[in-house]
Amino acid sequence: MSDISKKSLTEIVKLIKKKEIKSEELTKSYIKNINSDKKLNSFITTCSEEALRKAKDFDKKPIFDTLLPGIPIAVKDLFCTRDVRTTAGSKMLENFVPNYESTITNNLWNEGAFLLGKLNCDEYAMGSSNETSYFGNVMNPIAENTVPGGSSGGSASALAAGLTPTTIGTDTGGSIRQPASFTGTVGLKPTYGLCSRWGIVAFASSLDQAGPMTKTVSDCALMLQAMVSFDKKDSTSINKKKENYSTSLTNNIKGLKIGIPKEYRVDGMSKEIDKLWENGKKILKDSGAEIIDISLPNTKYALPTYYIVAPAEASSNLARYDGVKYGFRSNKGNDLIEMYENTRSEGFGDEVKRRILIGTYVLSSGYYDAYYIKAQKVRQMIKNDFDQAFKNVDAILTPSTPSSAFKIGEKKNDPISMYLNDIFTVPINLAGIPAISIPAGSDINNYPLGMQLICKPLDEQKLLNIAYAAEKKINFKQSLNRWWEK
Amino acid sequence: MVGKIMSKATAKYIINGEKGKWEVVIGLEVHAQVTSNSKLFSGSSTKFGADPNTQVSLVDSAFPGMLPVINEFCIEQAIKTGLGLNAKINHYSVFDRKNYFYADLPQGYQISQYKNPIVGEGEITLDLPDGTKKIGIERLHLEQDAGKSIHDLDPSNTFVDLNRSGVALMEIVSKPDLRSLEEVNAYVKKLRSIMRYLGTCDGNMQEGSLRADVNVSVRKEGDVDLGTRCEIKNVNSIKFMQMAITYEAKRQVEALESGKKIDQETRLFDIKRNETRSMRSKEDAHDYRYFPDPDLLPLHLDKKLIEKIKKNLPELPDQKKERFIKQYSLTSYEANILVSEKEISVYFEEVAKKSDKKLAKNWIIGELFASLNEKNISISDSLVTSKKMCQLIDSISSGVISGRTAKDVFEIMKETGEDPKKIIETKGLQQKSDPKELEKIIDKIIFENKDKVDQYKSGKDKLFGFFVGQVMKLSGGKANPQLVNEILKQKLK
Repeated sequence: MSDISKKSLTEIVKLIKKKEIKSEELTKSYIKNINSDKKLNSFITTCSEEALRKAKDFDKKPIFDTLLPGIPIAVKDLFCTRDVRTTAGSKMLENFVPNYESTITNNLWNEGAFLLGKLNCDEYAMGSSNETSYFGNVMNPIAENTVPGGSSGGSASALAAGLTPTTIGTDTGGSIRQPASFTGTVGLKPTYGLCSRWGIVAFASSLDQAGPMTKTVSDCALMLQAMVSFDKKDSTSINKKKENYSTSLTNNIKGLKIGIPKEYRVDGMSKEIDKLWENGKKILKDSGAEIIDISLPNTKYALPTYYIVAPAEASSNLARYDGVKYGFRSNKGNDLIEMYENTRSEGFGDEVKRRILIGTYVLSSGYYDAYYIKAQKVRQMIKNDFDQAFKNVDAILTPSTPSSAFKIGEKKNDPISMYLNDIFTVPINLAGIPAISIPAGSDINNYPLGMQLICKPLDEQKLLNIAYAAEKKINFKQSLNRWWEK
Repeated sequence: MVGKIMSKATAKYIINGEKGKWEVVIGLEVHAQVTSNSKLFSGSSTKFGADPNTQVSLVDSAFPGMLPVINEFCIEQAIKTGLGLNAKINHYSVFDRKNYFYADLPQGYQISQYKNPIVGEGEITLDLPDGTKKIGIERLHLEQDAGKSIHDLDPSNTFVDLNRSGVALMEIVSKPDLRSLEEVNAYVKKLRSIMRYLGTCDGNMQEGSLRADVNVSVRKEGDVDLGTRCEIKNVNSIKFMQMAITYEAKRQVEALESGKKIDQETRLFDIKRNETRSMRSKEDAHDYRYFPDPDLLPLHLDKKLIEKIKKNLPELPDQKKERFIKQYSLTSYEANILVSEKEISVYFEEVAKKSDKKLAKNWIIGELFASLNEKNISISDSLVTSKKMCQLIDSISSGVISGRTAKDVFEIMKETGEDPKKIIETKGLQQKSDPKELEKIIDKIIFENKDKVDQYKSGKDKLFGFFVGQVMKLSGGKANPQLVNEILKQKLK
């Protein structure tokens, strides 16, 4: 691994701007690292040639007054990228090449970045371990045969292993924060509507949100700034003035009130997590923040609510993959109905089918009121809990996940225990509020553990500031033995 | 045997069955294509007749990651239509997904409005031969059209044209207030007319801009409760609606009289066989799994917007009718005819404003309509433009030609579109209005018909017509009849 790819995005941008490194040299070093991806399996598609060409073009006519000048970036394979196949980790889209570019990636390219490759993920972002991908599971660079989390598992793995200087993921129930926590990286899920959903393969529309995955909080601020824009093509996009998260970043959090919700102390949570949480409190207190005990009484309903709302929307969102217009079509079947059945049976994996079944069930007549409507009501209650809490506190501190990274296959056949992984992250998506996971320590195996900070809608600056202050004090250092290169 | 339809025009549609009289109850769900340049949720063109799949965006064909964005113009059109139907405009409405699989439905769901439509209850007034009748409107909602599956181009393949996919439709649901085929006819025509006045739907049934699902049920005459209804899907002309209702009502009466029950079901009208057939019963009915579309926020309508649209609403048929009656001294019947289509009302007013209003009304309702019927064309396709009609009428009222000659001139105009003045000149059809010239003719007739003159003078008044006829004959029909009358009366004193 070259030294350059150990550096943070912020440092790299500085080097480029100071002309101490060329984009071509930078890109080559990442391409070299990507060549060792075989065991990690974090990439589905690499764009080395095209990336090198873009890097050379940049070096010929460099433009430095952008946020990401000459930076190669690999992205989760859920973002549609023009002329580069976009699979969503599914056989259904194995050979799908969009002729359009998602708003988010387009924003990155407008800031001077270019595409390095497309990163593995759970099929249609449905999973918490990156084991549901049609393109095989991804391994966590922290240890062989360990999952990187999901669904943005490829993104987290590639970032932690230095195969991309920064990346982006999507988070529907924790798909950015949980893998960040598992890989010792930073992941932020912005306020719902802050980042455009246009051009992102949809999972659950009312929950999906793209966000940055980075090595440091500064990088995260920089990336978020590059990603955010009001997008007329997304009816749920928020129209607000752009903020300079990066330049406004400060670790001065004196006087801020941090809430500790008692409901996040769940049964069977390991002592290590508890210790981590206590340490988080101490660090924020030391930084001048005030710690306040709060209650989010409906937390326990979040997971069941999520597993009604998300599959319901997914069952409808995934109806378009029917073999008629694009993507996989089974060659079996004698009529339209049989073609649909075979295409969808062969094209989707088990987890996707499971969620389509759940979603179809909860929307069915006779069950709709008992499940979907009730879930919507509970969702509102969960949101109200947060609204109440934010009357008294500036941010909320919780663990990111109830455990550290687990072994591949450990939970694959136990969906409930897999779903429980998202217990701390899911409420945030239901409430549509922003949250960040930052590395906060390690467990007994030296596997990283993350802590989650949550703020009220559009309070991303405050969220980043608190995370920045905590990051400095925690001073998390990850040492990888780079087993996958051996 | 099922009895005949009662013949009185607006009487209820009663079927005399073997076991009594049955009343037919009808409700319509009219699907009207919104007049707009682009689709409901994408920027694609809505122009009719383009090559297949040339007006399709990534949104219309449901590519991954594509999102719908509401076309504000279509919203305004729906509000306009709602106001035209005297209906309540809902300040809060929701777009829902109606989920089902079909090859011409790219998303796997249709975006529609289910529980919270943009327009609530309203009513429209039908003008029927024996008075008016109000028909309740249940609701109006916006939805996307699907594409078109073409099964007959190839023996083993189906082709799909997505040009229509995503086009905005208004579904206008009536209450089950219609009681006869005549009312169905009047209802569809009135609805169409209102929308054409508003410019919200062109009402072109041939191009599929207006189609209807027809709900039919029957009940024993005098019963209060409605019978079980069947829904006949997608009927695209008034004539077919009437045929379908006739068949379906008869079928239901026969079924009920033989002790069967009517199943609530969706039926299809087969034009060739003139019958309705079951498409799917209630048990096989799709479970559409409606739920609010999470890609679209609920629609909150600003009071100001509704007020603004209300203020700029054009004059509607009912208002125009009242004004025409007053302004142009029309009977209610005449006014109904002249406001029935926006184009007719405009034509009439252009003529009536500039020339004799009584002649205008008579000529338009009489000669012009006859020529349109004969040629089976609409008023906008007539070669006799309003300007030329004005000239023709002016020629009559100024005495240049007689009403009789005008009819001949009109015959030429409707075929060639020629200017009436030019026709009159080149054919020399101007009236003879020179008294001296007319006197000469009249003197000659009196001289040659002394016996008739005597008879007339001795009291046989009817002979006056004979003298007029003779004058006309000798003048080649060109004598000014008024003048002829005057001179004749004098000379025959």
